[in-house]
Amino acid sequence: MKKRLVFVLNSLGVFLAMLLVWRGIIAAFNVPAYMLPTPWMVTVAFGEHLNGILSALLITTEEAVLGIVSAVILGVLIALIFARSEWIRRLLFPYTVLLQTVPIMAVTPLIIMWVGPGQAAVTLVAFIFCVSSIIANTTQGLISVNDDLVALFLMHNASPAQVLAKLRLPHSLPYLFVGIRISSGLAVIGAITGELFAGSSRVGQGGLGYSILYAMAQMQTDLLFALVIASTILGFAFFFTATFLEWLMLHKWHESAAVSRLES
Amino acid sequence: MSAPGIPEVLLTNVTKRFGPSAAPVLDAISLTVERGEFVTLLGPSGCGKSTLLKLVAGLSPITSGEITVNGMTPVNARPIVSFVFQDATLLPWRTVEKNVALALELEGRPRDETAQTTQSLLQLVDLSHVAQHYPRQLSGGMKMRVSIARALATRPRVLLMDEPFAALDEITRDRMNEELLRLRAEQDWTVLFVTHSVAEAIFLSSRVIILAPHPGRIAHELTIDLPWPRTAETRESEAFDALVNRASRLLREAHRA
Repeated sequence: MKKRLVFVLNSLGVFLAMLLVWRGIIAAFNVPAYMLPTPWMVTVAFGEHLNGILSALLITTEEAVLGIVSAVILGVLIALIFARSEWIRRLLFPYTVLLQTVPIMAVTPLIIMWVGPGQAAVTLVAFIFCVSSIIANTTQGLISVNDDLVALFLMHNASPAQVLAKLRLPHSLPYLFVGIRISSGLAVIGAITGELFAGSSRVGQGGLGYSILYAMAQMQTDLLFALVIASTILGFAFFFTATFLEWLMLHKWHESAAVSRLES
Repeated sequence: MSAPGIPEVLLTNVTKRFGPSAAPVLDAISLTVERGEFVTLLGPSGCGKSTLLKLVAGLSPITSGEITVNGMTPVNARPIVSFVFQDATLLPWRTVEKNVALALELEGRPRDETAQTTQSLLQLVDLSHVAQHYPRQLSGGMKMRVSIARALATRPRVLLMDEPFAALDEITRDRMNEELLRLRAEQDWTVLFVTHSVAEAIFLSSRVIILAPHPGRIAHELTIDLPWPRTAETRESEAFDALVNRASRLLREAHRA
């Protein structure tokens, strides 16, 4: 407990030192506010635009959540098909890797052209950012079951449904959560990237990405900083939620349940 | 109950190849195991003894010959057979209790029957105090006891054991050997056991089959006439030593031939 307090105080100290350096640079080099606002100006901008920032945050959250949830649902379904048939897996798996290696940022304009701008397009971009790591990890989990365990199930005349429900699915859960943890960051990045291109279908209303573009156009650098901070908080919240869910589901039986590592 | 005279496990001229042009792993194995026997297949690694066990379990098809278990094909005989693997192969997401209940659950037995059987088995292997623990909290020996309890839950007539204690240290292994014989005195099953430990084979078995490698074939058969019940003292007897020496010599000869 005491160790933890020291750690928190240290982190706080580092944070304050960084603010001081920030403020110091502005004072030393006479940086104009439209290039780099002071920490205090950013704080004020945060307060002034609180309603706008919160509603942007809400919109982006909605898109990112929908993106990752649909990626989990569809990704697990696809992984089930891949695990069922080696033939299909060999044929199609390379394309899911392709999905991961293609710079999705570059494809985003195409998606917006096809779907039209707005939340649906942004959600789709977030989904595409997430889905390949869900598919890859879950497939790995479903097919890496120990042969002896499959033999054990066969010895007791287990049906294919029982092998799936009582063996393959629980075995793949830690793998799925690795995918979710990776996707949690990507969902937020995907949603903001989507918004940078797709913005909003309604003028003046959009998520964080849209608001960042708006602030940039208006040269409101203090608001821009506030929005970047809000985006960072959102990304962290997603990662934390994913890690917590993983801990909740796995800590009782799985060696690698993540939080114990974070705490130590 | 089966008609008298039907052997529990009967292998007639069993040959196994992995692939049509591959050299045989097992060549013309014939073996009869009667009800109540404890037969051990003893041999160096690579002699096909684990493969033989998988054939009897119907987990792998035979190339030629015939295997019957209590007069049935290996696949049809599965309800009366349990398999104990070299690793404990417990499901890490299930508690000890739920792991023991697995086989009964898969076979769709009623819940209260499952719970009752599980409780009494945990008592039998002396693990009631860790019923709610998860496998990762257990030692290697405890995991193996859970694995054996799980195998016994379906009240098998035939127990196939594939080097179940190979991963344990010698002290734990000796204790598990004694425990296995104690369990067998309470519930009578026929055992086909695989090991490469000579002392383990002699201690446990009523009969030891020594296998020679390349291709796997029966080299010698040794009847173990040590008195029952066998305890830790059995290992200190001269008769035990003599049998170990003899089996070791036969094993060496089989390996050289």
